[in-house]
Amino acid sequence: MAVWVEIDLCDGCRRCKRECPYDAIEIKDGKAQIGDRCTCCGACLEVCHHKAIHTDIQPKTIPDFSEYKGIWVFAEQRGGNLTRVSVELLGKAQELAKQLNEEVSAVLIGHHVADLADTLIQFGADLVYLADGEIFGNYRSEPYSYVLDELIKAYKPSILLMGATHIGRDLAPRVSRRTGSGLTADCTELSIDREEGILLQTRPAFGGNVMATIANRFSRPQMATVRPGVMEVVPTPGKEGVVITHESKVTEDQVRTKILEFVKEESPHVDLSKAKIIVAGGRGVNDLEGFGLLHELASALGAEIAGTRVAVEAGWISAANQVGQTGVTVRPELYVACGVSGAIQHRAGMMDSRFIVAINKDPYAPIFKVADWGIVGDLFDVIPELTKGLKTSCEVMCD
Amino acid sequence: MNIVVLIKQVPGNSDVKLDPKTGNLIREGIDAIINPDDLQALETAITLKETLGAKVTVLTMGPPQAIDALSEAIGMGADGAILLSDRAFAGADTWATSFTLGKAIQRIGKFDLILAGRQAIDGDTAQVGPQVAECLDLPQVTYVFDIETVENGYVRVKRRLEDGYERIQCSLPALLTIIGGPVKPRYPEVASLLSACHAKAPIQVWNAADIGVTTADVGMSGSFTQVVKTFAPKFERHGELLEGSAVEVVHNLIERLKQNKLI
Repeated sequence: MAVWVEIDLCDGCRRCKRECPYDAIEIKDGKAQIGDRCTCCGACLEVCHHKAIHTDIQPKTIPDFSEYKGIWVFAEQRGGNLTRVSVELLGKAQELAKQLNEEVSAVLIGHHVADLADTLIQFGADLVYLADGEIFGNYRSEPYSYVLDELIKAYKPSILLMGATHIGRDLAPRVSRRTGSGLTADCTELSIDREEGILLQTRPAFGGNVMATIANRFSRPQMATVRPGVMEVVPTPGKEGVVITHESKVTEDQVRTKILEFVKEESPHVDLSKAKIIVAGGRGVNDLEGFGLLHELASALGAEIAGTRVAVEAGWISAANQVGQTGVTVRPELYVACGVSGAIQHRAGMMDSRFIVAINKDPYAPIFKVADWGIVGDLFDVIPELTKGLKTSCEVMCD
Repeated sequence: MNIVVLIKQVPGNSDVKLDPKTGNLIREGIDAIINPDDLQALETAITLKETLGAKVTVLTMGPPQAIDALSEAIGMGADGAILLSDRAFAGADTWATSFTLGKAIQRIGKFDLILAGRQAIDGDTAQVGPQVAECLDLPQVTYVFDIETVENGYVRVKRRLEDGYERIQCSLPALLTIIGGPVKPRYPEVASLLSACHAKAPIQVWNAADIGVTTADVGMSGSFTQVVKTFAPKFERHGELLEGSAVEVVHNLIERLKQNKLI
């Protein structure tokens, strides 16, 4: 298989070079040359005005998927509590379903979890597929992927969404391989291509420096995991839905893992993705003492505290409080970034905040580009003043 | 015990940029390293080799220069390495990648444990490990940060969750994906590193024919997903810079917070 250039027809217009997603084409002596990085994707063929690029690759045909319908959301629960991302996904699923004129279904797997079905309906599910059994008591890769595969084969959904949580990222690839579907990880944006009626999945890559939109034309369901905290919850109070109970064939002797115990971590778990106000610190906070100032500001604002990767690695704050590409994605009403330079990895986790305040000594810090209000100054002066100011303004209001 | 470690060579700094004119990745001047989680998997494997005795084989798929990553792995203490390199493998999504790796592991044949990093810093998908496990019909545990014991045909591990961790027992053979723990990966030894660069180094290069796959099942043609567009993320807002003394800027900021009903 190859792609090659008919040199005589090529006028070196560079269109193919610009189009190549793999940077595999060079223009040498006014002619296009295809290099080692070529993956035979064929993107260059379509843009060549002189039909100078040729290939021996047979175009891949798209199978008929007309019987695959509906948008499914995996309703992740632990100990009978739904994770917030499951409800967020139902919000997005409603929007996608409207465009496709299809139904939203939730897949609920667990033991004694039937009560959650109604909650799922109140957040947008038209249908709930319920697999309830002792074997599903605690999440394990094998029984959960077996039952999801059974359901997919029986009911043929067009789209399947899961939260990009530790469970979702364990389960989704397993199901994808078992079912024979492509999968896109950690999406931050989902939309429907109106012409083809397919799901367009957008996700950050290369640490957030590049956004990539990915399509899954050749398999069903179109599977994606989605970052928690990115999609909006859309309640549907009073909605009525249908619960379909599924009896799975999976038995304990097919399962090769056993959970010996669950150890809850001592540090109080803060769910930053739910916080209304967040005060975050980065390298510029200097030390634990500096973070003390941030804690005071946070308590004056009624805010949660967060940090950048640097702050976590320095031990100023726990890893659960890290915002960014490798941490949590947040979208609070107000995000106060103190001594945060605003590396792209950090911005990727907080750029959807409604309002952003940045306090930094360096006027060229990239955080100012995303800030609504920027203060160039020493945070050791500004933050105590701000804490004091907030306390007095509160007292004035309380009087 | 036989351990196979899956590693990936990735761009060494995350300052990868898009050419603003072409939208293509700018790859010049970027070092290649072993993906950090994979390095942790390698460290875990070498530690098991030292404590329990094991033969460690490292497997990667990539262009010819990925052999550097394998030399480094041998320098750290791996016994052998295999590079899967073929033009046909290029442009693979995780579906095609896991199939290709699965086929290569079947050719390696003997294994009790397969260790992989949780995710690579260039793609961040965390999909290849579990997909390889399903390909080979193996049990899996992901987000492993500690291996407690390997005995009597079982491995006991700690798996990280958002609010704590699980202790899990899993029958062998099994696939584990590894995240960073308290142990930092060791540096390669100079002597081993030198021998790894020797022509007789225990590094094999396999192509599509060697692992018995057709070009239609691997690389871009064997993939279900395609990148339809790449673009640089837009973050900019029209910000206002507050200036003056600390007292003044704080006063102005509080005014704005009030106007927007934030306090």
